[in-house]
Amino acid sequence: MADQGKVDPMHQFEVQKMFDMFHVGGHEVAFTTSALWMIVAGVLLWVFMIGGMKRQLVPGRWQVAVEGFTGFISSMMNANIGPEGRKYTPYVFSLFMFILMLNILGLAPFGLFGVHPFTVTSHFAITGFLAILSFSIVLIVGFWRHGLHFFSLFVPHGTPWWLLWLIPAIELVSFMVRPFSLALRLFVAMTAGHVLMKVFASFIIDGLAAGPAIGLGVGIPSMALMVGISGLELLVAGIQAYVFALLTSLYLNDAINLH
Amino acid sequence: MPQISQFAENWYAASQIFWVLLTFGFVFFVIGRGMLPKIEATVDARDRKVADDLAAAKAAHAAADALEESYRQQGDASRAAAQKAVADAKDKAAKDAEKRLAKVDAELAEKLAAAEADVSAARTSAMAEIESVAAEAASDLVARLSGVKVGAADARSAVKAVLHG
Repeated sequence: MADQGKVDPMHQFEVQKMFDMFHVGGHEVAFTTSALWMIVAGVLLWVFMIGGMKRQLVPGRWQVAVEGFTGFISSMMNANIGPEGRKYTPYVFSLFMFILMLNILGLAPFGLFGVHPFTVTSHFAITGFLAILSFSIVLIVGFWRHGLHFFSLFVPHGTPWWLLWLIPAIELVSFMVRPFSLALRLFVAMTAGHVLMKVFASFIIDGLAAGPAIGLGVGIPSMALMVGISGLELLVAGIQAYVFALLTSLYLNDAINLH
Repeated sequence: MPQISQFAENWYAASQIFWVLLTFGFVFFVIGRGMLPKIEATVDARDRKVADDLAAAKAAHAAADALEESYRQQGDASRAAAQKAVADAKDKAAKDAEKRLAKVDAELAEKLAAAEADVSAARTSAMAEIESVAAEAASDLVARLSGVKVGAADARSAVKAVLHG
C-alpha cells in the first residue's frame, strides 16, 4: 500500500494473490484478483448471453441487445473474410466480448462499494496470451489451408522482380510484429487510461491536503477532466476490444483468402 | 510497473496463464461455440422468414395486379361487345325501317298510279259520254230549229270539232 496521503498510480495494476492452489512444473498457481475478475467477466457474459437465448421470432429488448453484438461481429467477419469467415466467428466473438467485458469491468466504479476493481486487460501477460492465441490460429489456419504456399503472403501482388530481395524481408518483419502490436496496443491503452485517471485523482487529494484554496482551484478542473476522461475511457474500452477483434479477423483473412 | 515487475514472482505468469486459459476457454466453448451459433441461427431464421414473407407479399401484389389487369380487360371487352350489340341492333332497326318504308312507298305509288288510271279512264269515258250527249243535243236542236235531220255521225264529228278546237 502507498503511504498515507500519497497515491501510487501503479498500485492498481498489482495482482494480489488470494490463495494458493497447486504447483505445476515448479510454478505455483494461485487464485488471484486477476482470476477473480476474469471469472466475474465470464459469468456476466454468460448471464448476458442467456438473455439472447429465448430465440423468439420477435425479440425482446435483451434479445435485441445480444443479437446486436452477435450481428456486429458476424457482419464484421462477413465483410472482412467472406462466407468462410463464419467458421471463425465464435472465436472472434468470444475474444471481443471477453476483452470488452474485462475493459468495462476495470472501469466500473466498484470502488464506491468497497470492492477493489482490477483491469485484467492492463496486464501484458493476459493480452500477450490472447495475441499469441490469435497469431497461432492464423499460422495454423494458413499452413493448414495453403501449406508452404502460405509463404507467398510475404510477396504481395505487384512486387517488382528487382525488389524481391527486400519486400519479403519487410513483410516478414511486419508479420512477426503482429502479436506484439496486438498485445501491446490493448495493454498500453488500458494502462495509460487508468494511470491518467489515478493521477488526476491524486491531484484532487494532494490539492485538498495543501489547503482549501488550492484544493478547490486544482480539484474542480481535475474533477471536470476526470469526468471527461472517464467517458473517453469507456469509448477506448469499446474501441480496443473492437480493434483486437478487427485485426484478428483481418489476419485470419490473410490466412484464409491468401491473395 | 507491476505488469513487468511481477513477472519475477514465481506464481504470477503461471496463475495468469492458467486462469486466462480457463476463463477464456469457458467463454469460447460455452458462449462462442455453444450459445453464439444458436443466436445466429435465430437471426438467420428471422431474416429468412422476413425475406420469404416479403417475397410472398410481392407475389401476392403481382397476382393482384394481374387480376386487376384481366378484370379491366374483361370489362373493356364486355363493354366493347355491348357497344357492338347496341350498334348492330340500331343498324338492323334502321335497315328494317328503311325496307318497310320502301315497301309502303311502293304500295302507295302503285295505289296512286291505279287511282290516276281510274281517274283518266273515268275522264275519257265521261268525255265520250259528253260527246255523244252533246251530239244528240246538237242534232235535236238542229232538228227543232230547222227541221233538218242531221245524221248522228255528222253531229258527232261537228261536236268533236267544236269540243277539241
